[in-house]
Amino acid sequence: METIEADLVTTPPEQVEVAATRKLGPIGWLSVGWLVLITGSALLAPILPIADPDESFGSEIARKGPGAGGHLLGGDTIGRDMLSRVIFGARTSLLIAVGAVLLGLVVGGLLGLVAGYVRRKVDTVLTTVFNVFLSIPALVLALSLVAVLAPTDTGDGGDPVSNTRRVVVLILALGVVTVPILGRITRASTLSWSEREFVKASEVSGAKPARIMFREVLPNVFPAMMSIALLGIAVAIVAEGSLALLGVGITEVPTWGNMIEGGRRDLRDAPHIVFIPSAAIFFTVMALNYLGDVIRARFDVREAVL
Amino acid sequence: MNLARELGKRVLGLVVVVLLVTLFTSFLLTLVPGDPVDTLIPVPDENEIVLERKAEVRERLNLDEPFPVRYAAWLGDFVTGDLGSFYAVTDEVPVWDRVSDALPVSLQLVVYSQILALAVAVPFGVLTAYRAGSRFDRATNGTAFGMLALPNFVLALLLAYYVGVWLGWLPVDGYVPFSEDPVEHIRHMILPTFTLAAAQIAVYMRLLRSDMVATLLEDFIQMARSKGISDRRVLWRHALRPSSLTILTVAGLNVGALIGGAVVVERIFRLPGMGTELVTAILSRQYVALQGMVAIIAIFYVVLNFLVDILYTVLDPRIRHARAR
Repeated sequence: METIEADLVTTPPEQVEVAATRKLGPIGWLSVGWLVLITGSALLAPILPIADPDESFGSEIARKGPGAGGHLLGGDTIGRDMLSRVIFGARTSLLIAVGAVLLGLVVGGLLGLVAGYVRRKVDTVLTTVFNVFLSIPALVLALSLVAVLAPTDTGDGGDPVSNTRRVVVLILALGVVTVPILGRITRASTLSWSEREFVKASEVSGAKPARIMFREVLPNVFPAMMSIALLGIAVAIVAEGSLALLGVGITEVPTWGNMIEGGRRDLRDAPHIVFIPSAAIFFTVMALNYLGDVIRARFDVREAVL
Repeated sequence: MNLARELGKRVLGLVVVVLLVTLFTSFLLTLVPGDPVDTLIPVPDENEIVLERKAEVRERLNLDEPFPVRYAAWLGDFVTGDLGSFYAVTDEVPVWDRVSDALPVSLQLVVYSQILALAVAVPFGVLTAYRAGSRFDRATNGTAFGMLALPNFVLALLLAYYVGVWLGWLPVDGYVPFSEDPVEHIRHMILPTFTLAAAQIAVYMRLLRSDMVATLLEDFIQMARSKGISDRRVLWRHALRPSSLTILTVAGLNVGALIGGAVVVERIFRLPGMGTELVTAILSRQYVALQGMVAIIAIFYVVLNFLVDILYTVLDPRIRHARAR
């Protein structure tokens, strides 16, 4: 009895941490590694020793595959360096995806927390709002929002929309799609946690609702939100690609999506233009899905709350 | 009695959601920067004809009226079958004319991929559950995991490149109606159908597998086995049915994701479906047409969810009784 207690007391937190991270497994570490690599190079892109993503090296490397003219990943349709474009593409693609999910996490999480904790009419109203937004297929909703808020330049004299505005609109549009998804999961998770004894105890001891929501409920609901948020980033990256393929995305700076769209015409002769950014999306989505699954398994987030 | 009340409540909920969705799509039009009429008819006000036409369209769309009036008028048109038009200086094409051609193409694509997805996912789901933990199970699960990470546009381009261009086996674009040439119709639909089905296969397989694993641990399965019924019969006759409720529900609910996916797939394989019409409307800034089409898609999706929900209640006696209580 004594030894067990001693054990519990002496186990330093670091060791617990190690035990937890060990569960990640080789694929988990590969996923983390890939995400760190992608995020790191995206953040550091301007100071990395790579070519200017907009500079054309001419026909020397245009449509040439990896290795052509000393360019690691070859050149695109008009001879721009593919490696540099994938890295700068990651910058915009990740900015949009992470921005959209953060928006969903903050707004959806807040609304879900309130709906699940306060219940009554607030819950009915918020659930209806979530359902309304979920009743338009996600991509169609995002497509309509982007189309309306940042119309494509048709060359008929309409105001061209600036690149920054396009990025903001994409974040907003994909965020609007994410809000009800994260809202619903937070609400469902909050519903079950706010029945627990420690929450009741806190209520009885006179804690304010806001305090209970943020200090008692939120920390427990958070893992569920995070696992969905990771999947959400993956979905948003794919959505950016889909929108680019539909012709309503960003055009001025490279993104993974518009690189694919731009290379589609050369699919027959230079498939690498399409497949290099495709691979970047594929590995990133796979890593995010895998880590989302790990969190879900670790914290026992039930599929039912989906 | 109770069931009728429950049903009434849900129909009411359905109507509320439909009204709010259409309200939202109407509201979208007010977000368009600039004068909507100038956007719909992108011609400078140079002569009488253009000015007259613009005034006519403005009148027709009640653009000078306050938003609630405009919405009410739109709703009145919508329920009587007028979904708006694609506008031009000289004429206008009713949205319904284009939608009635495009909708069947999209529906075919969605239904085909749903059938293909279930046809592949069910046997794999059952067998992986039966052989849970085996090498076959792990390999299948790994493949499913990879398929989930493969965006449909990437798969579409891969298939277009390898099967279409490299091997030259199948056409990579265009559409042939079934009534015109059944063989060509199927040949044109194979790649789009498979593209759209791939992610669904992975989702359904994983769902069925986990439900099936749980079912196989239940007493009645042990009972059937101990009676000497063959494994094959136990799997397909006894275990599959109670395990298939989740997958059927999800299959119903997934149609929304499929519609979104179909938009992209149609674009890549150049199928003249709803997705193509939607993109055409967006690129030519025909927001009234866009509003009508989004409303149709949303209503279609909401009603389908509603039906799945009802069907689920009817199919599963546990839920039926729990709700009646």
